[in-house]
Amino acid sequence: MKPTWKVKLWRYTIIGIVGFYLLLPLYSMMDFSTKPFAFFQKGRTLDAWKVIPSQPDLAIAVFRSLITAVIVMFLILVLIVPTVVWVHLKLPKLKRLVELICLIPLAIPAIVIVVGIAPLYRWISINITESPISLSLVYSMLILPYTYRALSAALDAADIHTLAEAARTLGASTTRMMAGVIMPTLRTGILNGSFIAIALVLGEFTISNLLNYKTFQVVIAQIGRTSGNVAVAVSLASILFVLILLLAIPQKKRQKEVLDVDVA
Amino acid sequence: MASTQYQGTGTTTGGAGSRYWRKRSAYLGVVPFFIFTGIFLIYPTYSVITGAFRNEAGEFDTAKIDELLASPIVRKAFYNSLEISFKTAVLGAILGGLFAWALVSGKPGGRFYKITVAISSVLAQFGGVMLTFAFLATFGFNGVVSSIFVKLAPDSFLAQSSWLYTINGLAVVYTFFQIPLMVLVFLPTIENMKPQWREASDSLGGSPLEYWRSVGIPVLTPSFFGAMLLLFVNSFSAYATAATLVNLSDFLTPLQIGNALSSEVGNANPQTAKALSLAMVIVVIIVMALYAQIRRRVSRWESAR
Repeated sequence: MKPTWKVKLWRYTIIGIVGFYLLLPLYSMMDFSTKPFAFFQKGRTLDAWKVIPSQPDLAIAVFRSLITAVIVMFLILVLIVPTVVWVHLKLPKLKRLVELICLIPLAIPAIVIVVGIAPLYRWISINITESPISLSLVYSMLILPYTYRALSAALDAADIHTLAEAARTLGASTTRMMAGVIMPTLRTGILNGSFIAIALVLGEFTISNLLNYKTFQVVIAQIGRTSGNVAVAVSLASILFVLILLLAIPQKKRQKEVLDVDVA
Repeated sequence: MASTQYQGTGTTTGGAGSRYWRKRSAYLGVVPFFIFTGIFLIYPTYSVITGAFRNEAGEFDTAKIDELLASPIVRKAFYNSLEISFKTAVLGAILGGLFAWALVSGKPGGRFYKITVAISSVLAQFGGVMLTFAFLATFGFNGVVSSIFVKLAPDSFLAQSSWLYTINGLAVVYTFFQIPLMVLVFLPTIENMKPQWREASDSLGGSPLEYWRSVGIPVLTPSFFGAMLLLFVNSFSAYATAATLVNLSDFLTPLQIGNALSSEVGNANPQTAKALSLAMVIVVIIVMALYAQIRRRVSRWESAR
């Protein structure tokens, strides 16, 4: 059925209004970050963008965030994925329990988790390391609901029992079966999880700020206290970075599961 | 879903592969997971919930809770938190829901659709520091909108930036990440609506209005309210945006928790933070339970279709 002009009118009005609301702050960021530092100056300048590389703490914070994201992904890969697969395969009785644990972060806001975990991190920073990279441990918990949902959908879709049986009959060991047969079928779910990991690590503020770790967001806030233009430029740059990353991941496969933020 | 359980075929490796031991050893595979989540997720949660009922000596005591319940500052912040979450959930759900419909009524899978979905998933995660800067660049001092209004209408509230720091101002800021989240959550539901329903309605002589009133809206309502509950929780738990924008520690409950925690680093008295956290958890759990209820109904209906 062809949309009538009425439908079209509604459609463009809605897209126009909401789009304006969503794009205006982004445009403003660009505008603001290209304003000259001094009031009496006119015109446009890229000064705020040019000083980004020379900001103290910034490069190191980005670098650390990327390492943290890699560790989070690693933890997902060696701890969460095998456990979820294992439970689906061999211990269906534990399925509800594992699911329940994975969904806890949805019921416990980050600000509450920070209250509970502060003593533990105080201990870690005294006895083990003061590096913000240690935050990857708690971050991998925050990401659990998303990872679990993506994985469990993928596991339900692929008939892993048959795959596992086939691998077994052909003489594969348990490790081989997991790493060589099951994991590859979950590739999309894992890729998707990795994307969420990067977005989470780059965007997290609550926990790191309250535990006094200098992560990316904390550093941006710190820059903002002295120079607004630069902070705005960095923020916009990081949004564009994540957007490009997202568009670079193969469209067709990703879309369905990123949409699957849905829980319970 | 596959219900047949794989239990291993044959015992080619001999005695060690007896069924009893295989079953027992399977449990070893989940031990690391339980240890890890136990330390970093379950114990912290447990310590917050039980800690709210303990005094400094670790004995059972509800004095802290009583004290906070009686405090007008605490009650005001809690009320503010509920109010802003309610407002942004309703506003975000309506605008995001309409936007999702507008997207689907165009060309699903087209370029505009894909880019919008990608942007939405970035912006839904966009709360916090960066969002604060975006709105300061827009409405703050020397921001784009405010500098226009300073010239055109110096007396209007948009010429100043103080409105940003009120509840309604913060609600406008929060709605910025609520709309994209709504789009992401609601899009699959709208996409699931079959064109045949519309055709059936049309061929029976129904007007578009009648279609929406008796088919479209009833079908979408449960999912819509479910999504609204998610948005409520999303806004209720938000800390970073308010912390960087408002800077008033008594404005919202998350800010009070953050304040109680950071002013107490070093001395072991986080009772206030724990008791406030308990209040938050109770609200979130009630809302999520409602959400799960709605989801169950929706998925039962969807699988029956």
